[in-house]
Amino acid sequence: MGDILRLVARRLGLGVVTLFVVSILIFFAVELLPGDIAEAVLGQSATQETVAAMREQLGLDRPAPVRYVEWLSGAVQGDFGVSLVSGERVSAAIGPRFRNTLFLAAYAAVIAVPLAIILGIIVALLRNTVFDRVANVLTLTSISSPEFFLGYILILYLSVKTSMFPAIASLSHGMSFGDLLYRSFLPALTLVLVVTAHMMRMTRAAIINLLASPYIEMARLKGVPPWKVIVRHALPNAWAPIINVVALNLAYLITGVVLVEVVFVYPGVGQLLVDAVSKRDFPVVQACCLIFAATFILLNLAADVGSILTNPRLRHPK
Amino acid sequence: MTTTKQKKDILLNIKDLRIEGYSDEKWIEIVHGIDLTLHRGEVLGLIGESGAGKSTIGLAAMGFARDGCRISGGSIEFDGMELTTTPESDLRALRGSRIAYVAQSAAASFNPAHKIIDQHTEAPIQYRISKRLDAQEDAMQLYERLRLPNPTEIGFRYPHQVSGGQLQRAMTAMAMACRPDLIIFDEPTTALDVTTQIEVLAAIRDIVDQFNTAAIYITHDLAVVAQMADTIKVLLKGNEVEEASTVEMLENPKEDYTKSLWAVRSFQRPQKLRPGGDAVPVVSVQNIDAAYGDTKVLEDVSFDIYEGMTVAVVGESGSGKSTTARCITGLLPPTKGQILFKGEALPPSYKNRTKDQLRQAQMIYQMADTALNPKVKISEIIGRPARFYSGLHGAALKNRVDELLDLIELEPSKYYNRYPPELSGGQKQRIGIARALAAEPTFIICDEVTSALDQLVAEGILRLLDRLQKELNLAYMFITHDLATVRSIADEVVVMQRGKVVEQGPKEEMFQPPHHAYTDLLLSSVPEMDPNWLTTLLEERGVDNVGEAADV
Repeated sequence: MGDILRLVARRLGLGVVTLFVVSILIFFAVELLPGDIAEAVLGQSATQETVAAMREQLGLDRPAPVRYVEWLSGAVQGDFGVSLVSGERVSAAIGPRFRNTLFLAAYAAVIAVPLAIILGIIVALLRNTVFDRVANVLTLTSISSPEFFLGYILILYLSVKTSMFPAIASLSHGMSFGDLLYRSFLPALTLVLVVTAHMMRMTRAAIINLLASPYIEMARLKGVPPWKVIVRHALPNAWAPIINVVALNLAYLITGVVLVEVVFVYPGVGQLLVDAVSKRDFPVVQACCLIFAATFILLNLAADVGSILTNPRLRHPK
Repeated sequence: MTTTKQKKDILLNIKDLRIEGYSDEKWIEIVHGIDLTLHRGEVLGLIGESGAGKSTIGLAAMGFARDGCRISGGSIEFDGMELTTTPESDLRALRGSRIAYVAQSAAASFNPAHKIIDQHTEAPIQYRISKRLDAQEDAMQLYERLRLPNPTEIGFRYPHQVSGGQLQRAMTAMAMACRPDLIIFDEPTTALDVTTQIEVLAAIRDIVDQFNTAAIYITHDLAVVAQMADTIKVLLKGNEVEEASTVEMLENPKEDYTKSLWAVRSFQRPQKLRPGGDAVPVVSVQNIDAAYGDTKVLEDVSFDIYEGMTVAVVGESGSGKSTTARCITGLLPPTKGQILFKGEALPPSYKNRTKDQLRQAQMIYQMADTALNPKVKISEIIGRPARFYSGLHGAALKNRVDELLDLIELEPSKYYNRYPPELSGGQKQRIGIARALAAEPTFIICDEVTSALDQLVAEGILRLLDRLQKELNLAYMFITHDLATVRSIADEVVVMQRGKVVEQGPKEEMFQPPHHAYTDLLLSSVPEMDPNWLTTLLEERGVDNVGEAADV
C-alpha cells in the first residue's frame, strides 16, 4: 500500500503543477484580450478621468506579472478578488452557484453511471442481438443530438404537454431535498441522456475486448453460465478503461453544462460564466476557469488511482 | 461395441468428426473426419504439429467450439449422451463437472482478479456438489496430493503471486475439483522449463492414476506423450495419420510422417574445436555484472566465442541468458566488467558504439511474429539494414535483397513484395535471419529462435543456420532452454543459473558426466522417448525430491 500512497502523492504533485500552468494561461489569456478592461467595463460614455481612476482602482497601471502574483496568492487562499460589475466578492458570487452545479452533476451522475454500466453489461451479454442494436442506436441518438435540443424536447413532452415536471429549474433557499430533486429533474435527465451512451459503449467494448482471453475460455469450460462469465470473470478486469471514461464524463457534467443551465434557467456556474464573459467581469471569468481546471485535474487523478486500485497485481504485490 | 461389457467401458466415442473454421468469409473444413474411442481410465495422447487440429478436437470432446469454429458433422458420444445434438445448457452442465479442461498456459488461464481457491471452488459450488468450506478443504487436499508447497495457504494467493509450474499444478487440481470422468490436457507443460515440466508430469500422472480418470493428452512433444499415454494418435492437418499403443508406436511406427517425427532429433553436426595458437575470440564477455534497477540479475559472467563457432547458452527462464545478450548488444550497459570485440573493448551502451561496431553483432528473435513489422514489405525489412549499414541504393540494394532471399532459400521474385502476415512461422523466422545477415555481421545472437516452431520446421532453421555459418564463417551465441537443440548444433555450452555461469566447456565434455549438480538436473530432466523414463527417473530422484527441484 505504501507504493500506492507514494503514487497518489506524486500524481497529486503533478496535478498542482498542471494547475499552476493553467493559472498562468488563464491570467495572461485575459490580459491578451483586445481593448482596455477599464474602458470596456465603464462603457463608451466614460470620460478620460473616470477611466484613469478605474485603472488605478483596479491596479491596472502596475505590470502584469506583479498583478498575477497578487491574484494567485489570493486565489490560493480562496480570495478571487471583487466582481467588477456587482462589486461583490467573487468567492461569494461563485460559492452557492458552484454548489448548485455540483448538486446537478451529482444528481445526473448517480442516475447515469450505474445505468450506463448495467446497460453496458447487458449489451455485452446480449451482444449482436436486437437489444444490443436498439440500445446502441438509442444512446447514439441521444449523444448526437445537441443538449439544448434534447432539453427542449423534454420540456415539450414532460412539461408543456403533460405538466409532470417544471420547465424552469428555479431554486431557492430552504427548499426540501425532495423539492430540489423534483425541480431539477429535467436538466438532470437531459445530462443523463447526454453522458450515458459514451460510458455504456465503453463498458461494452472493455468487456467484449476481454472475451477472447484464455481465462474467459477457461471459465466457459468450467461450465460457468454466460452472465456470470461477464460479471464475475470479465468485469473485474475491465474496470480501468471504464473508470477513465466515467471520470471524463463526470468532468463534463461539471464543466460542460452551460447550455443545459441556460435552457432550464438553472442557477449554476456555467450561467454565471456566460454572464461574466458578456459583461467583461474578468475576476469571475478567471475564477470559474480555475475551478473548472481543478475539477478536470482532480477527476483524472481519481480515475488514475481508481484504475490502479482495481489491478490485483498492484493491490497484492508478490 | 458389440458386447454389453465393452459398451459399458467406453466413455467417449467420436465418429467421423468434422469441424469447420471461418476465414475469408467462408467456412473451411479444418478437421476431416476423425474417429476416436476412449475407455474409462484410459489416457490417449493426441500428437501433431500446430495446425493439426489437436486442440480443436480436444475441445470438441467437451461439445465446445471456439468462436469462429463449428462442429459440422459426425457424432460425439460421451457416456451415452450425443453431444452434437445436446442443448447448450445441458452441455454446460457437463463442463467442469464430468469433463474438465487443463489449458496450456495456466498463467493466462487463471483469472488475475480472483484468488486461486475461489476459482477452484467455483464449479463444485455451482453444481452444488459441495459447500464452500468443504470444497476449500478438498482443494487443499488436492494441492497436497499434487505436492504444492504450503497446500493450506497457497490457494489464498492471487495467480500472479504463484510460479508457473505451481499454477499448472493448481489448474490440474482445479480440473479434479468435481472428480470428472474425463480431463482434456491441452499442452499443459509446453510453456514450462524442463525441470518444472517433470514435476507437473509426475503430478498429472499420479492424480489421473489415483482417481482412474480418463484423459486426452494433447502435445507436440513425443517424449512427453510417451510418458503419459496408453495409446497415441498422430494427426496431420486435421487427418489421422495412425493410432497405436504407446509401445507399438515408439518401436514400430508405420507411416512415413510418424517416422519423420521420430527422426527430427537426429540432426547433428560434428563439434568444432577452438582455433589454436593466439587466435582472438570474436566476442569475449569478461566478468560482467548487470542489474535492472536495484535488482541484480547477472553476476560475474564470462565466456568467449570464437570465429565460426556456436556457443549455446542454456538455463531455465530467469537464469540471465537473454540479459547477457542485451549486455553484449549494448541495450543494457553492464554495471561491471567489459565486452571485448576481436580484442577491443566495446563501449558499454549501444549509443556510444560506432556504426561498424553495431553492424558486427546482430540478433534473431524468438517470436518472429512480433519481431517483424506486419505493415512493412519483406523487401524493406531486409533492405533497411543493407541501406543503413552499407549505404546501398537502387539496383544495388535490390540485388542485395535478392541475394539475401536466395541465401535463406526463399524465391526472391515470389517474396520480394509480400508482407509478414502472409508467411508461415518458419518463413518469418527465415526473414528474421536475412535481416540479421543484411548487416554483414560476424556475430549473431540467436535468442530461442526455434522454440516457437514445430520440430520439422525448427530443424530446417537449424540446418540453414549451420549452412550459413559454414559459408559466411559466422560466430553464433545460441540462447535456448532446449537441450536437444544444443546437442544438434552447439560446439561449446555455457550453463547459467540465477545470473551466474555454473559450468562451461566443449559440448562433448558437457554431455558426459561428471556434471555440476545443476547441469545434471537440467540434462536428466529432458524427456526421453523411453515410456519408462519418467518412472525410472522418479525412482532415482525419489518422488519427494521432485517438488523441491521445481523451486530451484
